[in-house]
Amino acid sequence: MDFSYTEVQQMLQDQVQKFVQKSYDFETRNKIIASEKGYSEENWALFAELGWLTVPFTEDDGGLGGSAVDLMVMMEEFGKANLVEPYLANAVLAGGLISRLVDDGRKSELLEAVMSGTSQLACAYAETGGRYNLARVSTTATVDGDAIIIDGEKVAVLNAPNAEKILVVARESGAETDREGISVFLVPADAAGLQIQSFPTIDGKRAGIVRLNSVKVSVTDRLGVAGGALPALEQVIDLATVGVCAEAVGALEMLLQKTVEYSKTRTQFGVPIGTFQALQHRMADMFIECQLARSITIMAAMKLDSNVSVEEKSKAVSAAKSKVGNAITLVGQEAIQIHGGIGTTEELDVGHFFKRVTALNVMFGDADFHSERFAAL
Amino acid sequence: MNADFTPEELAFQEEVRTFLEQEFPKEMKAKVDANIRLSKEEAVRWQKILYKKGWAAPNWPEEYGGTGWTATQKYIFATEMGLIGAPEPVAFGMKMVAPVIMSYGTEEQKKRFLPDILESNVWWCQGYSEPNSGSDLASLKTTAVREGDEYIVNGNKTWNTYGQYADWIFCLVRTDSTVKKQEGISFLLIDMKSPGISLKPIVLLDGHAEVNEVFFDDVRVPAENLIGEENKGWTYAKLLLTHERTNIAGVPRSKRRLQALKRTAAATDDGFGGMMDQNASFRQKLTAVEIQLQALEYAELRTLAALSVGKAPGPESSILKIVGTELAQKMDEMFVELAGYHCLPFVPEQFEDGFQGEAIGPGTTAATALTYFNMRKLSIFGGSNEIQRNIISKAVLGL
Repeated sequence: MDFSYTEVQQMLQDQVQKFVQKSYDFETRNKIIASEKGYSEENWALFAELGWLTVPFTEDDGGLGGSAVDLMVMMEEFGKANLVEPYLANAVLAGGLISRLVDDGRKSELLEAVMSGTSQLACAYAETGGRYNLARVSTTATVDGDAIIIDGEKVAVLNAPNAEKILVVARESGAETDREGISVFLVPADAAGLQIQSFPTIDGKRAGIVRLNSVKVSVTDRLGVAGGALPALEQVIDLATVGVCAEAVGALEMLLQKTVEYSKTRTQFGVPIGTFQALQHRMADMFIECQLARSITIMAAMKLDSNVSVEEKSKAVSAAKSKVGNAITLVGQEAIQIHGGIGTTEELDVGHFFKRVTALNVMFGDADFHSERFAAL
Repeated sequence: MNADFTPEELAFQEEVRTFLEQEFPKEMKAKVDANIRLSKEEAVRWQKILYKKGWAAPNWPEEYGGTGWTATQKYIFATEMGLIGAPEPVAFGMKMVAPVIMSYGTEEQKKRFLPDILESNVWWCQGYSEPNSGSDLASLKTTAVREGDEYIVNGNKTWNTYGQYADWIFCLVRTDSTVKKQEGISFLLIDMKSPGISLKPIVLLDGHAEVNEVFFDDVRVPAENLIGEENKGWTYAKLLLTHERTNIAGVPRSKRRLQALKRTAAATDDGFGGMMDQNASFRQKLTAVEIQLQALEYAELRTLAALSVGKAPGPESSILKIVGTELAQKMDEMFVELAGYHCLPFVPEQFEDGFQGEAIGPGTTAATALTYFNMRKLSIFGGSNEIQRNIISKAVLGL
């Protein structure tokens, strides 16, 4: 049994920490959020240069190794920094699907563009009616000779406003919730009939609702075999879920740390409020939740890297997201409450961490969804 | 023991309901339902409609323009208002400073201030909290020094809601710093147009500048604007806080929110072919909220019944504040949960009056996270829920 980091993991952690310390303070982040693209292209180039964009990919793909634990180590630091750069959308979601679905000559070209940071991609998997069920796909893809016609609406598409190409999950055959019949298509963001309703997210990222109205692509834009994309999508989302769990663990850690610090300096009734036992016990509970969230996220990441069955992996991921979801609610709300009025403003970073974890709570399914999935697996 | 309405009360309920259905402006109702913030002009317009009917201030004594209603009638009125979503008057004038003026003001002050509050001609705001005096309010440091027939006020106040719209502010100021902190505080009314007052907006987590920091730099205030006696302000302030607390349970609003929550759940796909109102864990949460709301409503009714036989609201009214606010916050959380991915957009302007762009997401889903963030304040303001629990521990349980 060994929970220590490998040299590579230690290096990743150090690199991200150094970068954050040097170039990602609260004011800088606020400026990035307010900028036109909503992320820093300079930072993105640096991420590529440092090799961070290769972390989720196997060595065969030209990546660092594709270990979930590596990804976890790095994304926890992203969470501590409240980073807004579109890492998840590009490297984990879009890159993950390309890696698992494409097996022809385009693969190395597409992955090279992801890992070198020269492309911006987005992954359109979610729909309103599907909630968090990946198999519920109403967007249709109809073969018309050499062309495919796509119709539907995808929601919560992270990085859509900046993407050159969007990976669209659509149904080619079967009923709305069939596991078979789902494909992924690589659609240029400027394709005729494709419209993006862009918006900033509550946690400072950029996203959009993508509407496809008879969007025409070529059959060669289908990634992988017709109708067989769901297992790959599920694997990618499982890895991404561990990523957001780790990001949440990092952000929760900051919420706890900032709350404890604040309680030591905020004086009311002549003493620091941290001397009140009622608050001490609540901060102790926050600490417990943070530790449990961290532990179960490690468990899930290790399972993904192991040789256990796909079901067992998914079950571990759902256990982690469910537990982390509950920790988000408790730690997030208590952090604001113990800060008092100042915690409800945009002026302190604690509020921004609260908004980040609120968004992470939704990503890929909330605590209830993953409890159900855990029980069903 | 009897909690049924009498035939007269039922008739009154019908009268109120009919009035609200006819007179609450349809376009305002549509905005409330769509989560769009009402403008100051709209809030005033609605208050003036109530004023014309004679219903502007149900809680005021009749001699000042109150309705003379029984506690039950007031309850019925508040419930019907909440159910239709009609905005309550901004509390600072009607519910906070007015009772203080009635209890401790001079005849001259009553004549000068109360009619304009009743008619919504003058908008008030509150100057209580300071950056370093939140829960420990009595430690406040804003000073007022008497100079001839004026006070010179210096210092700063914070969490001042809608000060940008206000004509007047009521302030707690320190007039003696040599005595026990509660004994050197005075209650002063200050014209917001006075030279030396400036505001700095504070943006809350929902992106809206709802509150301000207020700075006083050698502001000259006529001594006639002092309420009651110098250095007795803490006593008056406590009266006001008790009023703030009894109004804070928010049962009518929570009833309306619960109905909306059920409607939304019934219209939200669970992703597996069913709807969220049939989802086992969500149903359980809905049920828990509804039962808690019923218990809260009866706790409030018991408090009201005690008030109607002349008792003052006691320390147990802290129950209403704690349970009422935490229940409201739980429902805000559940709205976010139902919205799922649609809670992600951060487009506060979509819920401002006059938004011309294309709405994002179905219904009011894009407002759910904003409301969730904003309403974290409920368990913090009006005496934080920690302070309320202290009150129960000390004043009720004798610990």
